[in-house]
Amino acid sequence: MGNLEIRDLNQSFTRDDGTQLVVLDHLNFDVRDKEFVCILGSSGCGKTTLLRLIAGLDEARAGSIILDGEEIRGPNPKVGFVFQEYSLFPWRNVIDNIAFGLEMKGITKEERYRSAEHYLGLVNLSQFKTSYPSELSGGMRQRIAVARALALEPVLLLMDEPFGALDAQTRNMLQKELLDIWDKTKKTIIFITHSVDEAVFLADRIIVLTPRPGRICQIFPVELKRPRDRTSVEFAQVRREVLDLIGQHCSIQ
Amino acid sequence: MSTQIMKDGKNWWLGALAIILALIIWQIIAAYIIRYPFILPAPTDVAAAFVTLVQHGTLWLDLQASLVHFAIGLVLALIIGIPLGIAMGWNRRFDAFIDPLIELLRPIPPLAWIPFAIIWFGLTAWSAGFVIFIGAVFPIVINTYSGFRGVPRVFVEAGKMLGCIRSRDLIRYIAFPAALPSVATGIRIGTGIGWMCLVAAELFGVSNYGVGQKLWWYYNIHQMDSVVVYMIILGLLGLSFDMIFRYYIDKHFLKWRTGEVA
Repeated sequence: MGNLEIRDLNQSFTRDDGTQLVVLDHLNFDVRDKEFVCILGSSGCGKTTLLRLIAGLDEARAGSIILDGEEIRGPNPKVGFVFQEYSLFPWRNVIDNIAFGLEMKGITKEERYRSAEHYLGLVNLSQFKTSYPSELSGGMRQRIAVARALALEPVLLLMDEPFGALDAQTRNMLQKELLDIWDKTKKTIIFITHSVDEAVFLADRIIVLTPRPGRICQIFPVELKRPRDRTSVEFAQVRREVLDLIGQHCSIQ
Repeated sequence: MSTQIMKDGKNWWLGALAIILALIIWQIIAAYIIRYPFILPAPTDVAAAFVTLVQHGTLWLDLQASLVHFAIGLVLALIIGIPLGIAMGWNRRFDAFIDPLIELLRPIPPLAWIPFAIIWFGLTAWSAGFVIFIGAVFPIVINTYSGFRGVPRVFVEAGKMLGCIRSRDLIRYIAFPAALPSVATGIRIGTGIGWMCLVAAELFGVSNYGVGQKLWWYYNIHQMDSVVVYMIILGLLGLSFDMIFRYYIDKHFLKWRTGEVA
């Protein structure tokens, strides 16, 4: 299961002069089990703030986040996170990075390696088992980070612009691979991006946020059949609709 | 790879050549210009003194005594310095509490502690060890501290998301390994400074043996060639400590630090 409910979520920070900076303003939405949701918005609209709250890395000022009936109050093994920055531990090789979470759970070496190898195979990097992160390209590191997050078998996978730093070709390839993985593992995925193209290619639904303060501007269902072809007329049509929406209603007033 | 070896080989020979040239020049100056071994013993005098010392001297006992002094100082510095650096790097309040005290004590030269070393520990190996400890502990504390401060937040958060929640686990599995290159640098610098304190720590007569003690003793009986032998021993030992460290650091950190901004 991986049903997520966001209820009346508010986040604000106190500036040095004592005034409040509202980052997220009364957010309400649901994410269904096994759904792929993209959160789309320009930089500074609170996308990452929202994801960190869902992860339990930060605490909200008000509102609640409920995963399968349980309120999230801190980092939780049911939630996996793929960071925007390279987050692999450089002192551990690939297999020990993927097995890290299982090691923390006290699972035996043999068993956690077997499991880690399975997820390494899922991201098609089995031949790099004993490599160190510094020996891998940026794209490979993010794939290993995906495998590491999956190894704990979370029900919900949070991804914070994981392919943001990659070149366009690598990015397209990893998007396809991610959809494959999603298809095989049936996770609920919340994926943050500022790329309309990426959101239309990946998502079942796109949640468009307005910048400062972050509010839901519109929730946009993407009805295109999978596998999607980003050069097709239908794809271009949907992309234009989303772009128009952002241009007309969801940009800075 | 092969060009790398050739390059290193060439550099190695250049270094050896410099040493040989320096020895030749030293020999010429000592034997033909100064001609007074008390002012400047020639390399041949030093070599002869070395042979005598190996045959009749107390070289091994001196080495043993010095290594004991050094080990006391260094082990104490590690036992106290690393946990202190970790605590300061991990806990901001503890840092705010202890940092002014450390900054106040740190600029006091280690040798200025010699009087109190003698009063507290007497003329024992422990007082020599204490002076070496003072020399070695601060670089270890400071580098451990800055290593912990420099742990990227994303590593700690990634650890938390993977079930590494308690401070103890975060320090052990995330922060310490991430800070280890910096800790190792601190130990290397601390070792070097501790070693430099050794001669002075042995000058005030904590034992009848010791490389530093003998250096002073041979000066008093005006055997300057033997003084040079002990100087060279001090240099070579310091060098080998450093090389052991460098080897260890390269072996353990190079494979994961390549491509990182170090």
